[in-house]
Amino acid sequence: MSNLVNDFVIRFANVNGTGSASANTLFAKSVFRMGVPVTPKNIFPSNIQGLPTWYEVRVSERGYLGRRAGIDLLVGVNPQSLAADVRSVRPGGYFVYDSSRPLDKSLLRDDIHYIGIPMILLCQKHFEVPRVQQLLKNMVYVGALTALLDVEMEVVKQLVIEQFKKKEKLIASNHLALDLGFHYAREHYDCPLPVRVERRNNVGDRIMMTGNTACALGAIYGGATVAAWYPITPSTSVVDAFEKYANRLRTDPITGEKKFAIVQAEDELAAIGVVIGAMWNGARAFTATSGPGLSLMNEFLGLAYFAEIPAVLIDVQRGGPSTGMPTRTQQSDILLAAYASHGDTKHPLLFPSTPTECFEMTASAFDLAERLQTPIIVMTDLDLGMNEHMTPPLRWDDQRRYDRGKVLDAEALENIQNWGRYLDVDGDGIPYRTIPGTHPTKGAFFTRGSSKDEYARYTEDGEAYRRNMDRLLKKWQTARELVPPPEFFQPQTRCSEAMLFFGTSTYSALEALDELRAIGIDLDGLRLRAFPFSQAVHDFIEQHERVYVVEQNRDAQMRSLLMIELGISPQKLIPILQYDGFPITAATIVSQIAKYHPAATELLGGNGHPHVLA
Amino acid sequence: MTYLRPEFRHPESPRNALGYTRQYYEGALSTLCAGCGHDSVSGAIIQACFELAIEPHRVAKLSGIGCSSKTPTYFLGNSHGFNSVHGRMPSVATGANLANRDLIYLGISGDGDTASIGMGQFVHALRRNLNITYIVMNNGCYGLTKGQDSATADEGSKNKTGHINPFHSIDLCGMAIELGATFVARSFSGDKGQLIPLIKAALSHQGFALIDVLSPCVTFNNNPGSTKSYDYVREHLEVTASVDYITERAEITADYAGGEACVVTLHDGSHVVLRKPDPNWRPTDRIAAMKRLHEARQCGEILTGILYLEPAGRDLHAMLNTCQRPLNTLQEADLCPGNKVLEDINAENR
Repeated sequence: MSNLVNDFVIRFANVNGTGSASANTLFAKSVFRMGVPVTPKNIFPSNIQGLPTWYEVRVSERGYLGRRAGIDLLVGVNPQSLAADVRSVRPGGYFVYDSSRPLDKSLLRDDIHYIGIPMILLCQKHFEVPRVQQLLKNMVYVGALTALLDVEMEVVKQLVIEQFKKKEKLIASNHLALDLGFHYAREHYDCPLPVRVERRNNVGDRIMMTGNTACALGAIYGGATVAAWYPITPSTSVVDAFEKYANRLRTDPITGEKKFAIVQAEDELAAIGVVIGAMWNGARAFTATSGPGLSLMNEFLGLAYFAEIPAVLIDVQRGGPSTGMPTRTQQSDILLAAYASHGDTKHPLLFPSTPTECFEMTASAFDLAERLQTPIIVMTDLDLGMNEHMTPPLRWDDQRRYDRGKVLDAEALENIQNWGRYLDVDGDGIPYRTIPGTHPTKGAFFTRGSSKDEYARYTEDGEAYRRNMDRLLKKWQTARELVPPPEFFQPQTRCSEAMLFFGTSTYSALEALDELRAIGIDLDGLRLRAFPFSQAVHDFIEQHERVYVVEQNRDAQMRSLLMIELGISPQKLIPILQYDGFPITAATIVSQIAKYHPAATELLGGNGHPHVLA
Repeated sequence: MTYLRPEFRHPESPRNALGYTRQYYEGALSTLCAGCGHDSVSGAIIQACFELAIEPHRVAKLSGIGCSSKTPTYFLGNSHGFNSVHGRMPSVATGANLANRDLIYLGISGDGDTASIGMGQFVHALRRNLNITYIVMNNGCYGLTKGQDSATADEGSKNKTGHINPFHSIDLCGMAIELGATFVARSFSGDKGQLIPLIKAALSHQGFALIDVLSPCVTFNNNPGSTKSYDYVREHLEVTASVDYITERAEITADYAGGEACVVTLHDGSHVVLRKPDPNWRPTDRIAAMKRLHEARQCGEILTGILYLEPAGRDLHAMLNTCQRPLNTLQEADLCPGNKVLEDINAENR
C-alpha cells in the first residue's frame, strides 16, 4: 500500500433510502473539483428502501475511468452487510465504521486498519431530530474522509453551498456535520493516510454527467418533440431529464404552452407505437427503454423496418435475460436489437461510450432515422446511463441543420412526374416519403406492414416482394457508411493482434491496452461505434491474425454479429467477456488475453494486474 | 366483392361546399365479401365526409389488422392511410395526433382488433381523450381467419359451425362510458340514416368519439342463432333517440324546439339534435347512460344511437398543454436551444 496518492478505490456501504447518495456524490465531486479524475459507480438493489447499496469511487490520476476491483478504503455504515464489507477490503486497506457502538470481535481482521468515527453519537450531541441525525451521519463520514484523505474542506463546503442554494438553512447544519467528522478524525488518527488525494490539473474542461441526462439533452438538441415511454430501470431518468430540460427550454414563458409532448404509455408496445405514429406524421420522436421493453417492441420494429418509418430508441441495457438483474449493467441486447422482429429485419445500432457521445449519438440518431427511414437504436447501458462519468463538455454547432431526409413537400409533389413511395430513384435504396396533409391530390399513400409494390399498392406478387426486400438490403449498404465510423487505437507499427471493444467496455479496454503493453503484449485497438459495420471494420479485422472482442455478456453477441455480417472466421475472434453485472475491469480483460500469451502471463500478479503496476 | 365500378359519373352529380362530388371521397375497390357490413360503413364514411365538406388530405385514416382494418383503402383515396399492427392502431394514432393536431384522425378497427388484442391500447387512448373518431366494425367474429368467436360475441350466440359461445361478451360502449369516454355511440351498418349523422357528429367532436357499429359478417356469422346477423340485429334494435347533425352554419329549425328534442352543441359550434328521446334520458348524464344500456341489455335489446356525449371534455393536447402550432412544423429555431445554453449546462455539471 505504498503509493496510493490519487490512485485508489473507495467504497461506501449504505442502506438505500437513507440519503447516503448525495453525501457520497459530494465526496466524488470534491475529488473531481480538485482536478483529479474520478469514476463513481452506484451499485444499488432493485428496491426502494432498506436493502444494502454501495457506492464505489475510483480515483485515478492517470485518468483510467473504468471500474477497478479491490477496495482500498471502505466506509461501512450498513449493519446488514458489515461482515461482507470487512471481507471485501484489500489486505493493508482501511475500514471506516461508526464506532458509536463497539465493533463485533468477529469483524476484526489483523491485515487491515480500522478507523472508528462515532458518527451517530456526534450527531445526537449536536442535532435534535432523529431523522436529521440519520441524514447528517452521512456528512460526518464525508467530513472524516476529508481529513483522512486530505480532501480540501473548502471544496467540499462550497459544493454543499451550491447543492443547497435553494434551501439555505440546511447549509449550516451540513457544514457542522462535516466539521464534526473532520475534527474527530484529525484528533484521533494520523491524518492524512497514505491513501489520499492531491490537487492536480488532470480534469481539464470535462464535466460530470450521466449518460441518461446526456441522451435526454441529445433528444432536446436533436429536435425531438414527442417522447413516449413506459417506466423501466435503468432508462427512466432519460425521460425524466428530457422533461426537466424541455420544461426549461421549450415552454413558452408567457402562455406556458409546450413545444413537446410526453406520453407515459400503458406499456412499451404503445410507447413505440406512439413514436412510429409521430414520426410517420413528420415529428421527431423517441422512446427510452431497456431489455424487457425492447422485447415487447419487436413487432412494431418490424413494421417500422418494412414500412420504412423513422424511429429513435434509446436502449439502456441491463442484466438479462427476462427480468434478470434490473439494477446491474450488461451489453446483452445486441443481437435482439440488431435483428428485432420476425422475418428478415435488421436495424442500425449506435454504441456510445461516454455521456458526450450519448448526447451526440442521440441527436444524430434523428438525422439517421429520417435519412434512412428506419428505426435507429442507441445502445447504452446502466453503467453509462445511471452513473456520473467524467466526460468532455457537450458542444453544439449552431450552423448545424437537421437532416430531415427525403421528404417531398407540396411544391416538390407538384413538380414530380412519377412518384412511388417505395421507388428507388437515387440508387441508394432510399425512396421519397410524404407527410400526411401535404397536398390535396398528390402524395397520399397507404402505409402498411404487408407486402407492396414500388407505388405502395398491396401485392402478393413474389417478384415485387423480392424487389422490395432487395432494395431494403441496398439501403442497408448505404447505411454502412452513413453511421459513425470506428475509432482506431494503433501505435505506429501495426500489431499482429488487436482488441475490439465498444460502449462502456472502452474505459477498461484502453486501460488494458496499456497494461498489456507493460507486459509485452502489443495490441491494436478498434472501438466500434455503430452497426452495420463499415468496410473499415472489415478491413481492420482482416489485417490482424487474431482479434479479441471485449464485451459484457455471456454469449459474445458482438462477436456473433461480426461473424454473421462480415463472414469472419470464428477462430479469429476471441471472446473476452464479463457478465456478472458489474462494469468490466481492465484486470478481467488483461487476464483473459494473457492466457493466449504464456510468456507474458508470468509477469501477471494474482489479481490480473501486472506486477509493474500493482 | 365488387369487381366493377362504372367510370361514368353524372355531370350533374351534387357538389359539396368545397365543390367536390361524392366520388372525390371514394377509395380503391373493396375486396371484402359481397354484402359485408363493412362496405356499408365505408359508404357511410364517404357520405359523411362529403356532406361535411372535409378536405380529404386533411384526414389521416388509421387501422389495425383484420377485415375492418382493410377498409381505409376503400374510402378517402386522397388521405394518407396507415394499416398498422394488430390491436395497436390507438398508439400509432396517438403519436400521429401529437405530431399534428390540425388533421382529422379517423381510426378504423374491429372487434378482435379492439376488444381482444388491442384492448389495452383502446382503453388507454380513450382515457387520454385522444381527439379521434374511432369506429369499430363489430361482427362478433374473426373473419380473416374463418369465423372464430371474438370477445364481443354474445353469450349463447351460435356461430356458423354450430358452436355456442359460453363466454360473456364485452360491451365496448358500456366500457367506454365507464372509462370516461366523451362520445359514445352504437349503430348498425344497415342503418345509414342513423350512421351518417353519427359519423358526422363524431368527426366534429373534440375528443375520443367511439362508434361501435354492428356490421354483420355475411360469410361466417350471419346464420340463425347468431346475435350479430342482419336479421337478429334488425329485430332487436332499440334507439335512444334519432340523430340529426347540423353544422354551425345552419339554423336550428322550429322542428327541434319542442320538448321532444334535445340539442347538444359541439366544440366546433355544430349541433347534434336528438329527437323523441325517452323524457327521462339525457345524453350528457353518464350514470343515466350506463343505466339505460344495462336495462336494454337485460331486455335483449340492442341499444343504438348516441349513448353518451360530453362536448366539453379536454383532449390530450389540452391536458399536455402543447402549443397550437403542430409539433411537426417546428423548426431548429423553435427546438434547438443552441450552444450558449449548452455551455451553461456544462458549467452546472462541473
